[in-house]
Amino acid sequence: MKLHLKIKRFNPEIDKKPYWGEYDIEVDEMDRVLDALQEVKWTVDGTLALRRSCAHGICGSDAMRINGRNRLACKCLIKDEIKNGQITVEPILGLKVQKDMIVDMEPFFAHYRSVLPFLVNKDPLPENGRERLQTIADRERFDDTTKCILCACCTTSCPSFWARGEYVGPAAIVQAHRFIFDSRDQAAQERLEVLSEVDGVWRCRTVFNCTDACPRGIEVTKAIGEVKAALRTGIIA
Amino acid sequence: MAQYHQFDALVVGAGGAGLMAALYASKSVNTAVISKLYPTRSHTGTAQGGISAALGNLEEDHWEWHAYDTVKGGDFLCDQDAVDILCSGAIDAIVDLEHIGLPFDRTPEGKISQRRFGGHTNNDTKKAVMRACHAADRTGHMILQTLYQNCIKNKVKFFDEYQMVDMLIENGVCNGVVAIELKTGETHVFHSKATMLATGGFGKMWKITSNAHSLTGDGPATILRKKLPLEDMEFYQFHPTGVYRMGILLSEAARGEGAVFLNGAGERFMERYMPTLKDLAPRDICSRSIFKEVKEGRGINGKDYVYLDFRPTEINKYFEADGNPKRIDAHYLETKLPDIIEFARVYLGVDPVTDPVPIQPTAHYAMGGVPTNTDTQVLSDHLGHTVEGLYAAGEVACVSVHGANRLGTNSLVDLVVFGKRGGIKMAEYAKTAALRPINQDTSHKPGEAELNKLRQSNGTERAGAIRKALQVLMDEHVGVVRTSAGLQFAIESIRDLKTRFANIKIDDKGFKWNTDLMEAWELGALLDLAEVTAVSALGREESRGGHYREDFQNRDDAKFLQHTFATMTDKTDKIDKIELNYKPVVITKYKPVERKY
Repeated sequence: MKLHLKIKRFNPEIDKKPYWGEYDIEVDEMDRVLDALQEVKWTVDGTLALRRSCAHGICGSDAMRINGRNRLACKCLIKDEIKNGQITVEPILGLKVQKDMIVDMEPFFAHYRSVLPFLVNKDPLPENGRERLQTIADRERFDDTTKCILCACCTTSCPSFWARGEYVGPAAIVQAHRFIFDSRDQAAQERLEVLSEVDGVWRCRTVFNCTDACPRGIEVTKAIGEVKAALRTGIIA
Repeated sequence: MAQYHQFDALVVGAGGAGLMAALYASKSVNTAVISKLYPTRSHTGTAQGGISAALGNLEEDHWEWHAYDTVKGGDFLCDQDAVDILCSGAIDAIVDLEHIGLPFDRTPEGKISQRRFGGHTNNDTKKAVMRACHAADRTGHMILQTLYQNCIKNKVKFFDEYQMVDMLIENGVCNGVVAIELKTGETHVFHSKATMLATGGFGKMWKITSNAHSLTGDGPATILRKKLPLEDMEFYQFHPTGVYRMGILLSEAARGEGAVFLNGAGERFMERYMPTLKDLAPRDICSRSIFKEVKEGRGINGKDYVYLDFRPTEINKYFEADGNPKRIDAHYLETKLPDIIEFARVYLGVDPVTDPVPIQPTAHYAMGGVPTNTDTQVLSDHLGHTVEGLYAAGEVACVSVHGANRLGTNSLVDLVVFGKRGGIKMAEYAKTAALRPINQDTSHKPGEAELNKLRQSNGTERAGAIRKALQVLMDEHVGVVRTSAGLQFAIESIRDLKTRFANIKIDDKGFKWNTDLMEAWELGALLDLAEVTAVSALGREESRGGHYREDFQNRDDAKFLQHTFATMTDKTDKIDKIELNYKPVVITKYKPVERKY
């Protein structure tokens, strides 16, 4: 089938400001939007720049704004996105564009690093040299937030983040949640302190854009709510 | 002028092996990681079903059983000293991962949960054993995340989105690498005492592949151009269950949980090929069986695919037929295999809970690669000499623990065991070795000049078209089943493609994020590796593990119980000369026998 692809282009070495590149290509309706972008790059204009790797929704490289909504280009099919023969693709919002679809991810990862995204447990290791024990229910408690692939779809769909880039953002809160609710972890209070600051969890206005944007189906707003509740009540449950 | 950096230990690649090495090296020496992707984008993250270790959490198991299964799975081409290190080391490595935070699924007692996987057996009863430790079907994702988290905790220095384009190897010594900062296009020299290649595989030379776009063999191609050998390149694994037409992997864990293959007649055909393990036979055998079913007209509707059936109602029937008391339902499957169920729904529009899923073999994993000894030091020849200061671990390396066919889950075991071992060895070396001088003004020039020449290419060919032609060629002639005529045709055709590659056009003449240029450079790497793969395959006149020759259908231990070492002795614009040498397999306890399941 025919596809008219509108891509927001910007090459800092040539362009003063972004413009819309328009391309007519032949695609299969079961192809991914990523396949269409690669088709443009490989057959029409090699200068098109985008990040991509696994191409099946796990590595988190190709977050983009597709028809106005944050999606992984490799996880939406042309048949589901095409409207009147057209699909529109732009870089995600709130991070500086470096070239075409490529944005500066460093502020995003700086927020990630700020929440202590690693297990902290100072107890001695089991004497038998084996694994720590954890019940099935305790493991299940934080299962949803272990799915996060750090693609930034959630954070860059959030109006609070657009308004203020210092806001730690949904992805970092999801990462904090993954450890706060892990029964093996002992640094919940330190993380909650970070998240109680002015650019912490209270900037969330419960808009639910993040949950809609998450390509991994994580209930992001719910996770943020649980962190807020932990801060409010002092109880981690 | 290139930017200059200096480290004791340098790791190239930030997947499981690279991060594990960095984590251990950084405990005692100044360590940096360079990676062309953000570390969490690495392909380790897509590994699904599990990582094996004989923990025995759910039934009796021993690391010696794991070792024997690995050797037999590898059709006796594995170096058995390395396999013992792998399987005994797996237990501690996996316990380590749990200690640093990996959220494994749990047993009712709270231990790490384990499941069945292809070729992993109780050596007494010959039945499948629960050995694969797992976190749903995103085990690789959890390994990658956990290792990255701990690298952050330990303040490992990262250079994200830097692509290696040359290595500083001279007179049998490695002094670091040359890399391009993708954001700016600037050249950087990384000068180091110890350097580890952990750049992963090169599955993008095939069309139907589970591999990421980034898996273009940058590391092994660079080694090849330094006139150093690559080992066992003819052994490439075709995983039996790729999503039809796309190649996206559907984990063997599906069959571990009870799924089976069905042909066009609705027959559970693996019973005919391997009566004991059936659908849990190793991957090479399953892929060949699918190939045969399709060739003999028993694909679905006579086409080139079969079904993977994991409908709960059907799985329960298969359990009953096998005398297995276990019964499952849709909820159980959705918990155990959420990602692959979603892949089938998203990419095929098929719901595995109600319908069987169309699958075909998909190019998946390189058993061969950069040869190393058991301390992960890179070998400079088939006699066992090493390149000083150079290490390799993970898929890029061939130690060789996978032999002619890797068992499921053992790639992750390899990453953590040999990544850790390599990190420790690099640190030991860097603590005593002196930094060897390099010429800071000129050392980056060859790599930079090659890239600039490519940037200025103004020919008539497109890299995309050459890549596509290569992939179709490799699928057809260097795939699951090979012949002498097909391989010779492939070699000639790859040489033609190289000629076309010399006439390409690069649209992007800039420096910032020039992915047009980098993709072309990667294609050059794939072309070299494809040629070596085909030449190595032509040289091996036998069938063993993942290498099946229609014209030499039997394993020939008398002639080929040895590893292939392929060296590109001369690289010119016209033709590359490839020389083959052979190195005997290390055999300790396990005598080669016929491989039956």
